[in-house]
Amino acid sequence: MRPMLVSILLLGSLLTGCKREQRVFDPGAAGSQPANGTVLSEVAAGQQPPKGNQPNPIAESAYAVAEGKRFYQAYNCVGCHANGGGAIGPALMDSEWIYGSSLEQIHSTIVQGRPNGMPSYAGKIPDYQVWEIAAYVRSMSGQLPSDVAPSRSDHMPMVVPEQSRPQEHPGAEHPQPVVSEPSR
Amino acid sequence: MIFSFISPMFPGHQTPLSPVGPQARHIEHNLLLIFSITSIVYVIVIAVLAYGVVRNHAREGFVPHTLVEDPEIERKATWIVGAALGLTIILLLVMMVSSFYTSHSTAVLAQAQAIKIDVYGHQWWWEVEYPINEQPYRMVRTANEIHVPVGAVVTIHATSRDVIHSFWAPNIHGKKDLLPGYENDLTIQVDQPGTWRGQCAEFCGLQHAHMAFDIVAQSREDFDRWYEQQLSPAPEPASSQAIHGREVFLTHACVMCHTIRGTTAGATVGPDLTHLASRSMIAAGTLKNTRGNLAGWISNAQSIKPGVRMPPNPMPSSDLNDLLAYLETLR
Amino acid sequence: MSEQRAALIEQTISTAEEAERARNLERIWAEPKGFIGWFKAVHHTTIGKRYMVTAFAFFLAGGLLAGAMRLQLAFPESHLMSPDLYNQIFTMHGSIMMFLFAVPMMFEALAVYFVPLMVGTRNIAFPRLNAFSYYLFLFGGLMLFAFFFVNSGPDRGWFAYVPLSGPDYGAGKRADIWAQLITFTEVSALAVAVEVIVTVFKLRAPGMSLNRIPIFVWGQVVVAFMVIFAMPGVVVSSTMLLLDRTASTQFFNPAVGGDVLLFQHLFWWFGHPEVYIIFLPGTAIVSTIVATFSRRHVFGYMALVLSLIATGFVAFGLWVHHMFATGIPQMSEAFFTAASMMIAIPAGAQIFCWLATIVTGKPVLKTPMWWVLGFFFVFIIGGMTGIFVASVPVDLQVHDTYFVVAHFHYVLIGGAVFPLFGAFAYWFPKITGRMLSERIGMWSFWLFTIGFNITFFPMHILGLRGMPRRVYTYPADAGWTVLNQIQSCGYLLLFAGVSLFLWNVWTSLRRGEAAPPNPWQAGGLEWATDSPPRAYNFLNLPTVNGSEALWDALPDQPVISGLHEDVREIVTTRIHDAEPDGRDELPEPSIWPFIAAVVTTALFIGSIFRPIAVSIGAIPLAIALIGWFWPTREESERRRRRDIWQKS
Repeated sequence: MRPMLVSILLLGSLLTGCKREQRVFDPGAAGSQPANGTVLSEVAAGQQPPKGNQPNPIAESAYAVAEGKRFYQAYNCVGCHANGGGAIGPALMDSEWIYGSSLEQIHSTIVQGRPNGMPSYAGKIPDYQVWEIAAYVRSMSGQLPSDVAPSRSDHMPMVVPEQSRPQEHPGAEHPQPVVSEPSR
Repeated sequence: MIFSFISPMFPGHQTPLSPVGPQARHIEHNLLLIFSITSIVYVIVIAVLAYGVVRNHAREGFVPHTLVEDPEIERKATWIVGAALGLTIILLLVMMVSSFYTSHSTAVLAQAQAIKIDVYGHQWWWEVEYPINEQPYRMVRTANEIHVPVGAVVTIHATSRDVIHSFWAPNIHGKKDLLPGYENDLTIQVDQPGTWRGQCAEFCGLQHAHMAFDIVAQSREDFDRWYEQQLSPAPEPASSQAIHGREVFLTHACVMCHTIRGTTAGATVGPDLTHLASRSMIAAGTLKNTRGNLAGWISNAQSIKPGVRMPPNPMPSSDLNDLLAYLETLR
Repeated sequence: MSEQRAALIEQTISTAEEAERARNLERIWAEPKGFIGWFKAVHHTTIGKRYMVTAFAFFLAGGLLAGAMRLQLAFPESHLMSPDLYNQIFTMHGSIMMFLFAVPMMFEALAVYFVPLMVGTRNIAFPRLNAFSYYLFLFGGLMLFAFFFVNSGPDRGWFAYVPLSGPDYGAGKRADIWAQLITFTEVSALAVAVEVIVTVFKLRAPGMSLNRIPIFVWGQVVVAFMVIFAMPGVVVSSTMLLLDRTASTQFFNPAVGGDVLLFQHLFWWFGHPEVYIIFLPGTAIVSTIVATFSRRHVFGYMALVLSLIATGFVAFGLWVHHMFATGIPQMSEAFFTAASMMIAIPAGAQIFCWLATIVTGKPVLKTPMWWVLGFFFVFIIGGMTGIFVASVPVDLQVHDTYFVVAHFHYVLIGGAVFPLFGAFAYWFPKITGRMLSERIGMWSFWLFTIGFNITFFPMHILGLRGMPRRVYTYPADAGWTVLNQIQSCGYLLLFAGVSLFLWNVWTSLRRGEAAPPNPWQAGGLEWATDSPPRAYNFLNLPTVNGSEALWDALPDQPVISGLHEDVREIVTTRIHDAEPDGRDELPEPSIWPFIAAVVTTALFIGSIFRPIAVSIGAIPLAIALIGWFWPTREESERRRRRDIWQKS
């Protein structure tokens, strides 16, 4: 009896491999809608949005996170956030999260844009890709398991690969007031 | 003689046995030489085997084994085996020398006056650049379709932007790998006008099967005309439909990856679409460039080429129609 | 007449004293009983049988995956499988066939089972290491399948080129699993290589000098040396890949001076000799069967042995012919072309010698011989197309197309699987004590041969019509559809052939005719013992007077006496002339190899997920190894008393 129990447990732990390796190519009608950030208000920014049409295994699929990494480069997130260390935009690999660190919050941030320079990508990036980017952004501060987070890239090594980063513990979000004039 | 016998079995635009360039022709001759020699040797060996088995085989089952083999027969057999081995070595030498000769003949095209074309492999399409005369303002960038003048020597300067690919247009020449971190040259010449298909030959991931390209060989005048036309930016759309189509392009996901020169779209992730309508295929040789195929490709590329980087783009059919109308103006 | 001549070394029990000795030996050499005992077994016939059954099971699994591929390719632009699944399936097929079937079956299984019998000793050298190697092989294979069933099967091809398999383009754990599968099979093959070399060089029967070693054993020795020199290449490359992926090293990152071609060089340094590691045991089987069924000594013994050795050397000079398209300089291309063509010389010499044996002999057409005739018919085509791919310009056209797929299936199935089925038919009576049915055997032979050619011959044409390999689908207008459909039909015949073979094995095991010790009246020492062999192999350890021990035995061929029969004692001999030079004791059955294999497995699998697992896993592994080698007082004193100092 006991060996059977043990082997069932072992098999169960193996099944996590299913999600990790899932590759969803055609996200289906709902997931492939261009992300439309219709809710765009100061009050809502950063709040926990209702759990929506997130294609499920994205944050657990190594493939999806790797795709997110590729889009992060391709869509030039690097231009402002650098490789996570931040430049024009805030750093993404620390524990400071202005608008929240959950997958849904990051998704909203990308879709809706945020004051002080973060543009809205509503209608520009398909929704499932936003989720993938969001998942990748979470991996930058070590929020994802190391067998899902990406390993090093084939570039000049700038930062520690996502899979070997220590997990940061982001606190509660603290939205910033909108600055009407650019600060000097 | 053998050529006329074999070649008709291999029709088509993607086979080494219907060569349209000097190199592929040399290689075909070498291949047929090796084919002839090995076939004859094979037939002889199998014939000897069949003779031995049929003549000698014991119908009565196991006979006691021979204790000491007859020295006379052994001596004769040694001579025959030695002679056969000597003949093998000679034939191998013949085939080796012919290989060296072929290697040499495929490498002697005059590279000095060659037209240089840069080819970059991407997962899963080919980026093609013409840095003619090294003048940046004369540079043409296109994708999956390589135009060359007939009879001109062309050097394909190839490398990869991601993983290893292999550039292979069998009617023209053998393959050459595109390796990240390496730059390889492949000098070719096409003697016959037409469109010759090539395909990635090194496994490169999910859509390795759908990573083809066309080599379009045309007369010098046609090539120059094509080149001048490729140099121009995209024309201003005339119809209101097309004008709206451009709006759609610039406000949807398209603009995140593609370039159309003459507009604000300037991303370099996907193929340059400035002259999309002048190409005969889309999606790296997967589909013919027709309005219907293009519509399907834009709406859901993932159902055609699962895993490709192009996302599904559902949009109202009016928008899609306008977008297609705009894309068709990109001649 | 030969029956009388070899009477002494053929192991008959006639006197009461012999019966007493047989009982005694049986007690000393018997494998432990019971469930736990199963894991303690160390006798080479037990482990060898397990190797055969396991590797054959993997062969069947790999064959089923091939069926899935043929189904997908039967129609153009087929959406039956996603490219993701197809990539996993073709990678699994290749990896299983190369790492879990071909090498373990052709080298490990056959060498472990037959080499000790053929050299006339009682067990393989280092029997516990042998058990360890089997469990590692088994666990490696099980690991691969376990991960495949949870959608983590490797999907980068069986040679997993970087950067596609590297950290940036191979997300997830699939490529890591491939890399660790390699490690499992490497360790087990290296272990067996060491055992085989020591067995052959130190445990041969007295009189079996180097020029009397059976050709089969020669083949396995050459392969063992090749394993030792080739495997480190792939150990290094797969470990570097694993380090790149899990520990973020930069071996293959071109941006910082890493090199993607380095992986290919290291891999093919192993990968090309690998082909000969698979194929040389096949030729060794052919030499054996041809001699037995032509009723004469094989023609050109010395030429055959030298060819084996020459192949073993030259095989290491060909690896670049897998990389002709990568843009290496013409001079080195020429060198590797010459080397690749050179290997046709020893191969040709072997084929001519076999032909001479058949033509000057009295061939008996039984199933094993038919499989060998099939080998000639099929393998030589593969050898001929090998010349195409050795020639640089032609290779540039056919490389990575279906022509190459056809080429290596003709070489590997022709050169290894055909002889292997011949070997099954030939040695099945020895292993199981039952004869296989000739009638069903012939049916499965013809189905397999015809099915094989229908499946694989059109691939030559497909390749020359421009179809690249490893594509999950192809356009409908490319002119490849009909040939692909013919191939898919051929697969059904292949499938039927193998199924019939399994049916033959099944029925013969249950009610086959009982096999005499030497049903083919062959000359090898393995036929001198019962079918199946007893736990101690030989009642009297034999001596040898020629390359076919039973045929060449003198009327008064002596046997060895005077060994202690209260422990597992054997005689050791000198390397070149096999004169006795000492005695040695082989170890008892033990559970520790199994435990060590379990721990090693945990270590290997853990290192896929956390590099630190190597360090942590080393602790229990050290404990297991201490248990393994822990001496007992009684044994130490006995060894001291009897002047036996080595501890194996």
